[in-house]
Amino acid sequence: MQTILKIIAQRLLLGLLTLLVVSVVIFVAVNLLPGDFAESILGQSATPEAVASIRRDLGLDQPLVIRYFQWLGGIMTGDLGTSFSQLNFRSAMGGAGDTGVAEQIAPRLSNTLFLAGVSASIAVPLAVFLGILAALYRNTLFDRATNVLTLSSISSPEFFMAYILILFLAVLNPILPSLSNIYPGMSFGERLDRTLLPALTLTLVVTAHMMRMTRAAIINLLASPYIEMARLKGIKPLRVIVKHAFPNALAPIINVVALNLAYLVTGVVVVEVVFVYPGIGQLFVDAVKNRDIPVVQACCLIFAAAYILLNLTADILSILSNPRLRHPK
Amino acid sequence: MTQISRRGLIKTGVAAGVLGLTGMPLRAQTRGGKLTAGLSGANTSDSWDARTHSDLFMIACAQGAVFDSLTEVAADGSLKGELAESWESDDAITWVFNLRQGVTFHNGKSFGADDVIESLQMHVGEDSKSAAKPIVENVAEMNKLGDYQVELVLKAANADFPYLMSDYHLLMYPAGQIDEAIQNGIGTGLYEAQSFDPGVRMVATRVDDHYKGDSAGFFEEIEFIAINDNTARMNALLTGQVDAINRIDFKTESLLRANPNVRIQEVTGNQHYTFPMLTNNAPFNDVNVRKALKHGINRQEMVDKILLGHGQVANDSPVGPASQYYNTEMEQLDYDPDQAKFYLREAGMDSLNIDLSASDAAFEGAVDAAQLFQASASAAGININVVQEPADGYWSNVWLKKPFCASYWSGRATEDWMFSSAYEEGVPWNDSEWGREDSERFQDLLIEGRAELDSDRRREIYFEMQQILRDEGGVLIPMFANYVEAVNVNIQTPETVGNIWQMDNARLAERWSRMA
Repeated sequence: MQTILKIIAQRLLLGLLTLLVVSVVIFVAVNLLPGDFAESILGQSATPEAVASIRRDLGLDQPLVIRYFQWLGGIMTGDLGTSFSQLNFRSAMGGAGDTGVAEQIAPRLSNTLFLAGVSASIAVPLAVFLGILAALYRNTLFDRATNVLTLSSISSPEFFMAYILILFLAVLNPILPSLSNIYPGMSFGERLDRTLLPALTLTLVVTAHMMRMTRAAIINLLASPYIEMARLKGIKPLRVIVKHAFPNALAPIINVVALNLAYLVTGVVVVEVVFVYPGIGQLFVDAVKNRDIPVVQACCLIFAAAYILLNLTADILSILSNPRLRHPK
Repeated sequence: MTQISRRGLIKTGVAAGVLGLTGMPLRAQTRGGKLTAGLSGANTSDSWDARTHSDLFMIACAQGAVFDSLTEVAADGSLKGELAESWESDDAITWVFNLRQGVTFHNGKSFGADDVIESLQMHVGEDSKSAAKPIVENVAEMNKLGDYQVELVLKAANADFPYLMSDYHLLMYPAGQIDEAIQNGIGTGLYEAQSFDPGVRMVATRVDDHYKGDSAGFFEEIEFIAINDNTARMNALLTGQVDAINRIDFKTESLLRANPNVRIQEVTGNQHYTFPMLTNNAPFNDVNVRKALKHGINRQEMVDKILLGHGQVANDSPVGPASQYYNTEMEQLDYDPDQAKFYLREAGMDSLNIDLSASDAAFEGAVDAAQLFQASASAAGININVVQEPADGYWSNVWLKKPFCASYWSGRATEDWMFSSAYEEGVPWNDSEWGREDSERFQDLLIEGRAELDSDRRREIYFEMQQILRDEGGVLIPMFANYVEAVNVNIQTPETVGNIWQMDNARLAERWSRMA
């Protein structure tokens, strides 16, 4: 147990370091984009005076390095910064209303997490189940059919899968709404109904990866001597897989599941735009379009943190699932 | 299921009686039901602050539903009072507005002269970023003559001033509570805001007792959903989740047209796509070069290929079909390579090599349009080199800076407004550097027309100004682009639909209704 805690601490520290590097990369990358907030918000009506006035208000006239450290200082104290666009509009009003990035992101992030949760609770059991079945009936028609279907859904662009689903489930057979605009005050059932189509799209996108890994990991183990032993004892094939092979295949499966869960949080941008789902992906697109750098950075940090944390969780869980790693000599 | 009110039923009954007599289609609009619209132009940074409004979503929410202005441009283009009942001026300098009495804001405060003055003053001030600043800056004095009477004294005469008061930035907020009103959306409009989630949706319900009475605002509830993605908007309409959408993608318009539940609505307004040249730069300072280019562009081809027919050829004048003094008597400029060659020779050239900067930030299809121009002009010995510019920073780095580029204007409701935005000497958005050097007469007419109250004389003035721009102007305006939108057949829209802005001048909540 001691070693696991040590590993967690180590990994968390490394994660923080990674986040720091990510923050520099994001900051530089965003600032390399042509145009800035003042220009993008004023558009065609930008006069040099108005641009300068907005830049001055937002501190965009300061050098890049100073701005970075100001922002980093804020993050250290738990302040994600102030959204440019909100600030710009409130500035003339004497600071009424919330301008914080955190306030802006929080509801969107919870929507995205909800979507990820719904997708994961469909995709993960489905993928593992299909993977086990495919391993059991490997090289049969079932195995091939599952492979072809999941691989073709992962190979098509997300928006294409989304439109196919919309065509079949919303336009031709109006079962589900094509518009997923959820808002506070909706009942859970309604929310679920609206979220189902994007969740199904994401399911199609992530299932193949997890399913193939489950299948491969199990088949890999089926060649080992202890499985042969089990088989020789006369145990049924399904029981061999579920009871003997699956627990030992858990580590790679967990890793892939974690990777895909992270994708569900960070890779939803396209799906959210297609289904008009008010999640963090849409906010991100808006923020990039407006060059609202604090929001872009906060979103990126959240994305990076999601990857790091989920990978960490995956590592820990694979250690826990493997007695040899749990009790190192 | 739509709800039919008793009054609505009687009205329909009366109309049906008329129908029986005249054979006219049923037109009576009845109150009831909900309007759900999917609109583009929404942003997470949206707010109820009208100074920041620039795109359809917020204009439809604010001026179109929750707030009012002093005046309003009716669907047929005429001006009528909204919160102002009437207005008068003898010299186009001192304007007296008589305000409507008995109007209340959604929080119960009654509307009066103080609200007008304070709401207008929001737009001026050193740091103001309001797009309506130039309008209000021209007001030298704002005087309260009574509780319901305001006198506005201008710095320079402007006969169109009441028109300017219909600008969607100039909304009326409650005096002393402007912060609160911007926070919660408190106006005097037909609909009271219930919830507003920037960049996501807005819900409002009909005010029970409103000064516009039963002649407007036919829905019990409206919901505007922000859908910036073209395909998502179309899907939402096709699956019946929304009743109306704006900005149809021309490429898929025929698919929509094939759907029996959907009706396409199309109007030609003043929105125009342009190629401005900086007339103080060589070779564009030579009027013959400009004339050569005017004949070297194939306008009809652009309407056919860039707008896919959803537009109208233009004549290098920014005054369009939505304007009062739209000059329809001018001879249409034609594509004529021989003419173009002739003017080129007049300029003392055999051939001409120029760069044309374009990006789809200017308008959708701008780069394609530039390439069409390149092809048509080459027949006249004009070699256009199309420079594709990045969309980011286009308005800051290319427009007004590069001598020849692509651009667009959404158009203005009045001639003077349009000319003084982009053709008056020295104004910041004069994208052809058009000034006295180019046409003394044009600038004189501009000033004369602004102060002229006689409408016959104004017609002469504005016709002549359009002619000057057609003949010598520095902006190539090949086409007016239509506003194309689609509604569910259950939504009834009036016979005349406003054409100065999308979606019936963004007043869909006010003017449309659900079929009873």
